[in-house]
Amino acid sequence: MNAQPARPTPMEEFLEGIWRQNPVFVMVLGMCPVMAVTVSAVNALAMGLATTFVLTGSALLVSLLRGWVPREVRIATYIVIIASFVTVVDYLIQALSLTLYTALGAFIQLIVVNCIILGRAEAHASKNPPLPAVLNALGMGLGFAIGLLALGSVREVLGAGRLFGLALFGADFQPWGVMVQPPGGFFVLGGWLLLFNWLKKRQGRLQAERGTAHG
Amino acid sequence: MADIPLAQLFLTTVLANNFVLAMFLGLCPFLGVSGRLATAAPMGAATTFVMLVASLCAYGLNALLTWLGLEFLRLIAYIAVIASAVQLVEMVLKKYSPALFRALGIYLPLITTNCAILGVALFQTAREYSFIQSLVFATGAGAGFTLALVLMAGLRERLRLAAVPDPVQGTALALILAGLLSLTFMGFTGLGVGE
Repeated sequence: MNAQPARPTPMEEFLEGIWRQNPVFVMVLGMCPVMAVTVSAVNALAMGLATTFVLTGSALLVSLLRGWVPREVRIATYIVIIASFVTVVDYLIQALSLTLYTALGAFIQLIVVNCIILGRAEAHASKNPPLPAVLNALGMGLGFAIGLLALGSVREVLGAGRLFGLALFGADFQPWGVMVQPPGGFFVLGGWLLLFNWLKKRQGRLQAERGTAHG
Repeated sequence: MADIPLAQLFLTTVLANNFVLAMFLGLCPFLGVSGRLATAAPMGAATTFVMLVASLCAYGLNALLTWLGLEFLRLIAYIAVIASAVQLVEMVLKKYSPALFRALGIYLPLITTNCAILGVALFQTAREYSFIQSLVFATGAGAGFTLALVLMAGLRERLRLAAVPDPVQGTALALILAGLLSLTFMGFTGLGVGE
């Protein structure tokens, strides 16, 4: 992914995942947890942080081991590394907050098969030294968490009338129930993508207009 | 959990708790391979097969690991089994149907990271299904996945002929479509038992 001749600066490496290659909005990867856990902002944030931890930890290890792992078995090795980190997170969340653990359910263990993590390990961490790999993974993880939060807060506000558990509206607020149901996840993400597409198209059009006006 | 009639378990898994549309498992291939009907159905079949193999192995593994007191290795063991099962399917397909093998392309090895399959293994463990129940559950999950994939592919083939507003094209459209499909499947909610 970073094949350009000039090495990206650490800052660029970090910002890559947050903005230009945001895993949720630009690459549309790892959709399963995105949809499933974003019924509330708190769940979304917890899932985002757990994924960031696994992503960063596995990127560090994959990057350190990049000289020793034979090419033929690299995917299997990465999966085992990732699965170990997920097991750690799984037990950690169970110890910290049982309510959160039951809310996220099987989706903590399913972090293993989140394509972002394996994708980063293969495309970036296995080809770069530890520091850029960790920075890139951290950025990707935070970008993922931001995406989750964007989805979770919209769904919580519309579907339950709350944000982070605090009631936003009066007692006679009628929540838009379908938004916390499965279809809501598809609709809200579809809506966000639509918004970004529209903004991008609009920006392109404005630039084209300015270009013709100047000459 | 022990006394659910098998037919009810199957129907619930296919319709009311559809893996893709109600539980959000296996969304990557659902959005990726649902462009054409001709690849959607075989993909569903391959996934169902891997699910069955994974469910079988997971049942045995879980019994073994519990007996040894090594439950913390469960996740790693499951994922290793799934990866090998996918390798098997890949080799069989390559030998007997090279055309299909090429059509499925990158999505075939990616079955490994299809969370629906690991989901089957994890859910059957968490809900303590018996051996027969696990097999029925896996078949139902596979059938549900195939159903959703085929429905979506049919819809998207029709949509290619429609005039769609500019910003909605691509993934945004697919997601909204999936939302509508999921809304329809909510109609099955009353059917059978929940979790």
